[in-house]
Amino acid sequence: MLGSNKLFYHLGKFMIWQKVIYKKPENLRMYYNETIRQMYDIGIGSISIVFLISIFIGAVTSQQFYYQMEGTLIPAYYIGYIVRDMTIIELAPTITCLVLAGKVGSNMAAEIGGMRQKEHIDAMEIMGVNTSAYLVQPRLIAAVIVIPILVTMAAIVGILGAYLASVPMGLFSGADFDRGIREFFIPHNVTMMYVKAVVFAYILASVSCYQGYYVKGGSIELGEASTRAVVYSDILILVADYIIAVALTA
Amino acid sequence: MIKCVGIKKTFGSQEVLKGIDFTFENGKTNLIIGKSGAGKTVLLKILVGLVAPTEGEIWYGDKNFFALTKKELSTLRMQVGMLFQGNALFDSLTIEQNIRFPMDMFTKMTLKEKTERVNYCLERVSLSGVNKKYPSEISGGMQKRVGIARAIVLNPKYLFCDEPNSGLDPQTSITIDELISSITKDNKITTIINTHDMNSVMEIGENICLIDKGMLVWEGSKDEVLTSESEELHDFIFASPFLQKLVDLRK
Ligand SMILES: Nc1ncnc2c1ncn2[C@@H]1O[C@H](COP(=O)(O)OP(=O)(O)OP(=O)(O)O)[C@@H](O)[C@H]1O
Ligand SMILES: [Mg+2]
Repeated sequence: MLGSNKLFYHLGKFMIWQKVIYKKPENLRMYYNETIRQMYDIGIGSISIVFLISIFIGAVTSQQFYYQMEGTLIPAYYIGYIVRDMTIIELAPTITCLVLAGKVGSNMAAEIGGMRQKEHIDAMEIMGVNTSAYLVQPRLIAAVIVIPILVTMAAIVGILGAYLASVPMGLFSGADFDRGIREFFIPHNVTMMYVKAVVFAYILASVSCYQGYYVKGGSIELGEASTRAVVYSDILILVADYIIAVALTA
Repeated sequence: MIKCVGIKKTFGSQEVLKGIDFTFENGKTNLIIGKSGAGKTVLLKILVGLVAPTEGEIWYGDKNFFALTKKELSTLRMQVGMLFQGNALFDSLTIEQNIRFPMDMFTKMTLKEKTERVNYCLERVSLSGVNKKYPSEISGGMQKRVGIARAIVLNPKYLFCDEPNSGLDPQTSITIDELISSITKDNKITTIINTHDMNSVMEIGENICLIDKGMLVWEGSKDEVLTSESEELHDFIFASPFLQKLVDLRK
């Protein structure tokens, strides 16, 4: 009972807060600079981890496919087709964003939470800064722009990983892989990937900023807020993943 | 002029402020004094709107603070400078960027004008040449002075200082007091200072309120401090055995 009360309390507060975030910037230039800084942090800061994860996921996918399909009548060129669609529809957007929730989300929560605890937010409020807008808007915009780019990269690198693990290793021929990649291509799937990427990016940035912005207490609470940012973002991303899947494939 | 009427504040079951009525006057250095934990910081935060009082009203001139429109509030905010007890300097910005921040956000000044203003403010707090350092690279007292420089950078009409000279040596302390006092006089602003520094009280206390256990127990000016019969004031001012001896001697 108490748990659900709290859930609805935070849900309500989160919704009301959404309105405050979108106030007009006091100074476009400051918001712009902050957005660029955030884009850099999120983008450059996450390239290597996204690269690493997607190349291995691609590789594992093709290895698994080989293992499961061996001795069946399914044509070998399906490898390219399966890898491509699985990566685009699910692995690239979802796995990337789950990982970024851990990396970018916890970072945002800790950064904003630290500013709250050190009275930086109070100091800005006194100056007349709308801190909800100034601290959150640039992060949201940066996430929504940069994360889809990272997801695109993840998709490409994932397919590359699958290729590297199958063709040079002799599991499939290059021709089969190639043919599969080109077969049955549905552009709608790419749209779905970008819808997911944008929605997930929004979820992880806004949830994490919320957790940081309303943090109370000391370093233990800051750690908890940072953890909550990741856990709640992950849960919401998975729920949203399902909803988008149902909505866009119906 | 800032007036508070019947300000009460409770945290859970703890009654921190029990109904404060006081008027902070224009062009004067108004002091809030009291023991540690008396509720000075809470009162100051209520005055600037960072903490909502449980009960009571705040008036800025003839405007009720809690009835201000959003627009009026943001105009007022730009006229307020505040020094926090913990400084609240942005630790990932340099000193110069810290002081420039309000100008960056709210003015259309050129970089050159802003830098000049930064240097002027740093000079006023006798801290020239630390522009490129980070807050963690300067001493606590210097941080305090940077905090003051940032608070006055936009020429505020209302200046709030929470313990401006805690952690400073007596000499710097006096400089800071004089600085705040002269800014107050020069610009005819309303300055409110939280302090438990007796020197400040006797040097610049033009309009003092003493808070004890959440209540206003004495008000007056520095000249009235010495002649006052108030027991609470007496306890607060002459807490040290040395001063107590002096008083006894004079008698
Ligand atoms: N956010 C808060 N939640 C609960 N209690 C608080 C909070 N802020 C302050 N208090 C309580 O209010 C009382 C007054 O605190 P305040 O910080 O105003 O003291 P102060 O007069 O500024 O003391 P000092 O001179 O040491 O700075 C303290 O007992 C403190 O525990
Ligand atoms: Mg205090």
